[in-house]
Amino acid sequence: MLKKNRFWFRSALLAILVVAVGYTIYNSMNEESGTYISKGDTAPNFVLTDLNGKQVELEDYRGKGVFLNFWGTWCKPCEREMPYMQRQYEKYKDQGVEILAVNVSETNVSVKNFVDRYRMSFPVPMDKQREVTKAYGIGPIPTTILIDKNGKVVERTSESLSEKKIISFMEKIKP
Amino acid sequence: MMQTITCECGHSNPYGTSLCQACGKPLKQDVEILSSMRYEGSARRSQTYKQTLVDKIWNFFSSVKVGVWLIVIILVAAAIGTIFPQETFIPPNVDPATHYESEYGTLGLIYYLLGFHNLYGSWWFILLLGMLGLSIIIASLDRGIPLYKALKTQRVTRHDQFMKNQRLFSKSSDVELDEIKYTLESLRYKVREENGNLFAEKGRFSRWGAYVNHVGLIIFLTGAMLRFFPGMYVDDILWVREGEKASIPGTSSEEGQYYLENNDFILEMYDKEEKKFNSALSSVDGEVAKNYQSNVTLYKTKENHTIGAEPELEKVKSGEIRVNEPFKFDSFALYQTDFKLNEFYKMSFELEEKATGNKFGKLTVDLHDPKKEYDLGDGYKVKIEEYFPNFVLNDQNQPSTVNNLPDNPAFVFSMYSPKTPEGEKAFVGIQKNIDSGENQFKMTFAGIETKDLTALTVRKDHTLWIIALGGIIFMIGVTQGLYWNYRRIWIKQNAGEVWAAAHTNKNWYGLKKDVEFLSDKTNLTPLEEKETASK
Repeated sequence: MLKKNRFWFRSALLAILVVAVGYTIYNSMNEESGTYISKGDTAPNFVLTDLNGKQVELEDYRGKGVFLNFWGTWCKPCEREMPYMQRQYEKYKDQGVEILAVNVSETNVSVKNFVDRYRMSFPVPMDKQREVTKAYGIGPIPTTILIDKNGKVVERTSESLSEKKIISFMEKIKP
Repeated sequence: MMQTITCECGHSNPYGTSLCQACGKPLKQDVEILSSMRYEGSARRSQTYKQTLVDKIWNFFSSVKVGVWLIVIILVAAAIGTIFPQETFIPPNVDPATHYESEYGTLGLIYYLLGFHNLYGSWWFILLLGMLGLSIIIASLDRGIPLYKALKTQRVTRHDQFMKNQRLFSKSSDVELDEIKYTLESLRYKVREENGNLFAEKGRFSRWGAYVNHVGLIIFLTGAMLRFFPGMYVDDILWVREGEKASIPGTSSEEGQYYLENNDFILEMYDKEEKKFNSALSSVDGEVAKNYQSNVTLYKTKENHTIGAEPELEKVKSGEIRVNEPFKFDSFALYQTDFKLNEFYKMSFELEEKATGNKFGKLTVDLHDPKKEYDLGDGYKVKIEEYFPNFVLNDQNQPSTVNNLPDNPAFVFSMYSPKTPEGEKAFVGIQKNIDSGENQFKMTFAGIETKDLTALTVRKDHTLWIIALGGIIFMIGVTQGLYWNYRRIWIKQNAGEVWAAAHTNKNWYGLKKDVEFLSDKTNLTPLEEKETASK
């Protein structure tokens, strides 16, 4: 075999393997954060009834940044970040950022008490059948998904958020 | 520029060759002929050039030593991965980030941070497997191709030094060549003749065994890799309560979303009284399960179903799922995996006057959707102030709930009556009924309804046939290399003498039987084993 051919053959084979393994690792990273929806995807539309009986549809928020949070009353880290979210919501709602705090399969009685206790004024869509939770591949809660004004997911995290972090998130999706 | 080495027999060999591909003459000084025989003294291609970065990477992965180390590292990692449970097996709804630390301490945290909790999905484990794949491909190409070429170009007439240095060797005079040829052919050797010299070989294909099984491994690894590609593999779990419908994860597409209804979950036990099973079951304490079964109905929504919206369902089909008898649709299969019997569903209470024992109506609370207020008529009503589906006293001694499952429901009720229009509060849970002590009324437990749940594994696997194919090819390669071996016998006329030499890549015992048979049947001097050879 000619030396030149050998070089190209070897480079091509190495390149194929690097791409294949790289793509596999990239996919495995997404899987870790909960399979289906991740950074760069278009956030799938959903419709849920909120605590006040109002229909909340994600697509209606196109043009606004959406801070989509999945939570439960029994989850301590969720409870911790709620007051921060409320405080920042009051600052950012006039700047085109909406918070949707999707409750994962709980009863209106429990959630109502919680919402009153923390004086939450953003919509709390009730995912009773866990349909949205499943479709978004939510594992542990809280999970926060940031959606920009074009409906694209720009961030997904299962961390418990500090107020500082929430502010930086708000800035990120502000239209 | 590419150098070649021309042997005195006229064959030109690639640079780095130690034994001439055609006649076997040592081309370098100090060549151990016998130990060079593994790859026919051919130049391992990677070792001939050391130039570009690509060549350096290539050479690194060409080393068997590197390959073995990769295998060892992968094995050790896989072993460590069994110390604590994998992420799949920790309770659902717990956050692995905190679970491993709280359950197993600092070691658990390290375990989690390094990705051992999800070993097969951790980037460094995939990288190791990728490197192993690369090592397999490069090492095989580097050895297989030159070996193939050397075996293909080998000549009947071999160099004296090559003959003399074989492990089995003899010199004879006065030999009937046709007789030898005939005998070897009767042993199913393929015999070639050239200038009165003979070359007999048998089982050359066994030398390809190692390469065939490496091809199998590569296919296997490719299949495993494809599991991470979208649409190739789904492995999820679906819990459905009896009488309820739930969307099946991973089955959403533009044509709609599949839903599954759990009509009935059935758990059957063996009857110990029955004669047939009597003796077998007598030694067992407790019950022995006979059947786990879910009767299900599959539905599909209309096109472009919006997640969370009330689904417009059309029935697709009904079926029964038992262990090892999945329910199949499209490329999905649903397997019976787990169950939960008698999950609390509805709880009933009666409002009772403590002093008289008189009752003023009954209310039934749906534990998944309790109402805020229950009006019992005549001025009697009950409000639910607080609801804890899975009651626990938290670290601050406050009533709270572990999660959203109604495993240990507890309530704070406000009871109203014409006598107590201000309302009286009481905390009511399972075997708990606490109030200030001055209440005139109390909530009395009046029954419970339960439901069974079934858990199904949702599986789609387009990679299985690739993995199976890889496995089969791997086994063919192993069989090929293990149950056959490549035996060669050379006969050379040399100045009135007849030299005989023999070689095999394994199973010397078998080869010796062959050459013994040969010298018994002909005048050939029995071949003798060189003493140093085995060392």
